[in-house]
Amino acid sequence: MMAALICVISVVAFLQFFISYCRSILATSRKIQLSDRVREVTGIVSQNVAAEDFQRLLQLVRLCPERGDDQTEIRAVGTYYGFLHVIGRACRSIIPSLAAWSERERQSCSYFAAVALDRRISYSRDLLTQQAGDRF
Amino acid sequence: MLGPLDYAIWSVGFLMEIYVVVCSLFRRDFLRYIPLNIYMLAVALVTWGQYHFIHAYGLKSQNYFYYYYYSDTLLCILMYLVIIHFYQQVFSEMKVSRYIRGAAALLLAATAFFSYLVVHQNKDHLTTRFVVELEQNTNFVVVVLTYLLWGAILKLRETRTRLIQLVLALGVAFSATAGSYALRNLFPEAYMLRWVPPIMGVWLPLAWAYTFTKVPEESRLATARLLARAR
Repeated sequence: MMAALICVISVVAFLQFFISYCRSILATSRKIQLSDRVREVTGIVSQNVAAEDFQRLLQLVRLCPERGDDQTEIRAVGTYYGFLHVIGRACRSIIPSLAAWSERERQSCSYFAAVALDRRISYSRDLLTQQAGDRF
Repeated sequence: MLGPLDYAIWSVGFLMEIYVVVCSLFRRDFLRYIPLNIYMLAVALVTWGQYHFIHAYGLKSQNYFYYYYYSDTLLCILMYLVIIHFYQQVFSEMKVSRYIRGAAALLLAATAFFSYLVVHQNKDHLTTRFVVELEQNTNFVVVVLTYLLWGAILKLRETRTRLIQLVLALGVAFSATAGSYALRNLFPEAYMLRWVPPIMGVWLPLAWAYTFTKVPEESRLATARLLARAR
């Protein structure tokens, strides 16, 4: 009985902590405006980024040279996106409000991926400039 | 017999624990987060001890079994000190650290007394089940304390990103661990659950290392953004 109670409370607490932790990582990217360069590359026109764009953006991120300091947060947000995807699909017909919330959260994940891509593109350009400078 | 994955999880965890301490030393945050750093050093020491116990007595030995669970229970007590330190930081502007220290000492004494009573009553049969149950309970106390702390952070609209992320990472690690021990108590045959504590053992130093490396002390965040609300 005691173990069952601890299990239920721990699972609820885990979900709250996990969601809040991921949101704290996403919150930092929300303050950053996407550059015209990344909008041109990805075809993003509006302020919001579509939830379904996440995987495509992540593939583009992987094509760029690694900066070495963003892997952990990309992985954490990727896990969060997968978790939200499952929630969204499971709740679409049962709890539509939860499915809508998961959609908004996935949009934030996509925005985060777009910001990560923007940073990596800037990093690649810096590398290119540096190499060109070294050559001459 | 330990597999390559066990060794990989172990090594990454150990390196991350050392990294957290070194990182806070380099960033001159060692004294500001001294209980956290002592906890990380203690965890690294316990991990090193586990390695030696396995090589000296074997993974299936009773020696390793009791070393693992009792050292982890001691680490939980050290974790209480870390959480109390976080409480002091959250309530620092209210000038109530004297009361927090008093409450913490009372809680520690009560936990010690309760543990003594439990151990005294079970001294003739300190069985596997008892050890797992003790582990589950001590982890659960940490979860409750962290949850109350998180509630205080939200209520007081704490904005320090670093503190928020340190507390949330702690909550994730201990709620997953306590839940897995509770599930193991309910379903002792569930083999997959044995992976949760080591994975969380890597998660906590990894998340703390990320916070110390990427989040400056001056960074601020509105806690209202972190609450998940279905509009």
